Amino acid sequence: MKHRYLPMTEQDQKEMLDVIGISTIDELFADIPEKVRFKGEYNIKPAKAESALLKELSQLAAKNADSKQYASFLGAGVYDHFKPIIVDHVISRSEFYTAYTPYQPEISQGELQAIFEFQTMICELTGMDLANSSMYDGGTALAEAGNLAAGHTRRKKLIVSEAVHPEYIDVVKVYAQGQNIEVVTVPMKDGVTDLVKLEGLVDEDTAAVMVQYPNFFGQIEDLAAVEQLTHAQNALFVVSANPLALGVLTPPGKFGADITVGDAQVFGISEAFGGPHCGFFAVNSKLMRKVPGRLVGETTDEEGRRGYVLTLQAREQHIRRDKATSNICSNQALNALAASVAMTALGKKGVKEMATQNIVKTHYAKQSFEKAGFEVVYQGAHFNEIVVKVNGSVADANKGLLEKGIIGGFDLGRVNADLKNHVLIAVTEQRTKEEIDALVQEMGALYA
Amino acid sequence: MHKDNQPLIFEITKEGRVGYNLPELDVPAVDLSTLLPEGMQRAEEAELPEVSELDIMRHYTALSNRNHGVDTGFYPLGSCTMKYNPKINESVARFPGFANIHPLQDESSVQGAMELMYDLQEHLIEITGMDEVTLQPAAGAHGEWTALMMIRAFHEANGDTQRTKVIVPDSAHGTNPASATVAGFETITVKSNEEGLVDLEDLRRVVGPDTAALMLTNPNTLGLFEETILELAEIIHGVGGKLYYDGANLNAVMSKARPGDMGFDCVHLNLHKTFTGPHGGGGPGSGPVGVKADLIPFLPSPVLVKEEDKYTFDYNRPQTIGRVKPFYGNFGINVRAYTYIRSMGPDGLKAVTEYAVLNANYMMRRLEEHFDLPYNRHCKHEFVLSGRRQKKLGVRTLDMAKRLLDFGYHPPTIYFPLNVEEGMMIEPTETESKETLDAFCDAMIQIAKEVEENPEIVQDAPHTTVINRLDETKAARKPVLRYTKA
Repeated sequence: MKHRYLPMTEQDQKEMLDVIGISTIDELFADIPEKVRFKGEYNIKPAKAESALLKELSQLAAKNADSKQYASFLGAGVYDHFKPIIVDHVISRSEFYTAYTPYQPEISQGELQAIFEFQTMICELTGMDLANSSMYDGGTALAEAGNLAAGHTRRKKLIVSEAVHPEYIDVVKVYAQGQNIEVVTVPMKDGVTDLVKLEGLVDEDTAAVMVQYPNFFGQIEDLAAVEQLTHAQNALFVVSANPLALGVLTPPGKFGADITVGDAQVFGISEAFGGPHCGFFAVNSKLMRKVPGRLVGETTDEEGRRGYVLTLQAREQHIRRDKATSNICSNQALNALAASVAMTALGKKGVKEMATQNIVKTHYAKQSFEKAGFEVVYQGAHFNEIVVKVNGSVADANKGLLEKGIIGGFDLGRVNADLKNHVLIAVTEQRTKEEIDALVQEMGALYA
Repeated sequence: MHKDNQPLIFEITKEGRVGYNLPELDVPAVDLSTLLPEGMQRAEEAELPEVSELDIMRHYTALSNRNHGVDTGFYPLGSCTMKYNPKINESVARFPGFANIHPLQDESSVQGAMELMYDLQEHLIEITGMDEVTLQPAAGAHGEWTALMMIRAFHEANGDTQRTKVIVPDSAHGTNPASATVAGFETITVKSNEEGLVDLEDLRRVVGPDTAALMLTNPNTLGLFEETILELAEIIHGVGGKLYYDGANLNAVMSKARPGDMGFDCVHLNLHKTFTGPHGGGGPGSGPVGVKADLIPFLPSPVLVKEEDKYTFDYNRPQTIGRVKPFYGNFGINVRAYTYIRSMGPDGLKAVTEYAVLNANYMMRRLEEHFDLPYNRHCKHEFVLSGRRQKKLGVRTLDMAKRLLDFGYHPPTIYFPLNVEEGMMIEPTETESKETLDAFCDAMIQIAKEVEENPEIVQDAPHTTVINRLDETKAARKPVLRYTKA
């Protein structure tokens, strides 16, 4: 077998077998019992040469409607945002992407420092004391927050707002089930968490209250009120936040959040059909030793030079095994790097400017929909999403929009029977006035 | 020496610089205070960097120069399968039709992506000998936990609520017991025998009506094939438990033995190991799970199915454990793995395993005189040496690992598995040439000699890196986990 990834020559093979003292490679597999030995080759597609495979896969990719070709108004947790071109140039440096977890700090200072900077940026945006090096995504980060809260408070009930991303709630439930934790959802009222109902539900068995900020419907929750109700029962206050929105919104840390999680996909990470994205996990200092995943800390070498290491590893699976705070091992390091580069490129001014554009453009879309006779159902403060009530099937209309070069909003009827014929429209800074106008006009025609 | 510090991005920031340009706002500007109620708008700006685009490139280029990857040099980190990461994978994953599609688009507009996922599943089913595969788990440990949750649901559906224990060998990866805990199980450890394999007698002693599953890596973390696998399967199945395959070491047995044929009921794969998703400095990975027929009802929802010529996500799964991740897994990594499998084909994957195993055995034989080899038999894709001989001379495995840095190598995995004193776990992979293996062995042999003749040079290593050994105690005692402006 001659393949460009396999440098073995016949000569090499012969010399190596001699050193081992055997005559065929097969002898190395003699310990596999005859009964289970696989004979022959897998029944899979034959190897394809580079150029032919590139052609085949580019044709396969071209079957999909992508947000470079279409104007996308689809959000619901994953967004088409401006991705600074340098992000891909940095993460394509193979010293980063072909390395593994920085177990040997002397030759991994680059990765370690980049993560330390990521942790700092997440702290800055969230207003929390410390952040870890990343989680798989926002959903599993929220689920891990639930498990942490239950372990920390020794309580067995999580209260999750129905205005949290429905797929996040699903993940929270599965993680909680593993730990025999009860998950109770609190309904919403006028597009935000119903505080009266919440007050009735929080009690001395409550480990945590979890809300999303801005929430799944684009509305901005009253974190101050939720915090009071939560801490009144000594439960942990957990916020799932969009870090871009935190460029303009008061950070959860200022409202006394104990844990802030979310997904940094908004910063330089492709939609990629839902993954890989980049979860983050930030806490107040009281919870430092209970954080899941890897943490990078600053220290010095024997000569006093500053350097970075993985630290507080006594929390982790490779040290504590069944007593670890989480089973997470691989995380999303390369995407954390991508997010760091995007946060750096945008910087102090850009994150704020981009977040502001999202709000202002969404506001423009809201006014345009209302002018065109649509009802925008929630009237509270919003970030970059609004809910529009329509008089027909959202799925059908979205098919019509596709023909016009538009990827329509999320059909809320898919996740909430009460919201049949409601569509969640996301307007990022990427959408131009012309595209917004076209959306409103086309939807006007399709729902006429 | 402070001048040697690599500045943090926050230390080269200067007010007034920018690294971006957004298009001018093309809709009427509105004062934010009219859109956000009082108290909702951030009072202080987040202190993010203010730097130019060149500043950013220089900064990260400098950082990359302080990092060792597979493309930098040999990386024989045992259990991690640090093989070459093909560049075609990176190109394909960045095709707009794969990178810029939204998970909630109408299915008719993402059929190409779904076709790729489906075909990858089909390939993984054949490779593992399982009946169905889900691509939803994000990484190996996530896959472990997902499969354990399915096993739990399976037992509960049978009324077997007393099955609360998961058995793992003492040589298991740390994620195995950790995943068992997160899935709500108690971990029981089964001992290895003097040959480094699961001790059958001990296994018989610990199994019982409370056994939910045995988690096994085969070949195990010593790189040894569990040749009594059929007896192991019989013991576990005999008490009604499930047999779980940790796929971290699949690179050792492709086309040689399939988990499904060995009696395993479920398996997780690490696509970032065997199937060249890059390790990314710690992730993202991808951890698909394969199952036999009786676990299919419990697969995470949704399940990707093919209906005639159309691909669709099936959400109607009454017995599903639920969703373990938003959306459908780490699609971008799955695209890379699929590209790799299609680049290799059946003969290629067979050669991968044969060469990976040949390389490991060759190195093991070249090094066996110079270090202790606790388990002297043919290994699979990796082997474990012990540094106990050197320890007697006052040099620890950690010191030898640090000395390897001076030769330009990433050291092996050290102090693992736990049942080997001063262990060094070496996994060369199939993509390394004989010249590279020889040069590394020469370096190891030289270090063994240094331990005898000039131990200080090893004890004080590394000597050539940008930084010396770091004070980890200090880092943990007074943790500094973020930059704070002086």
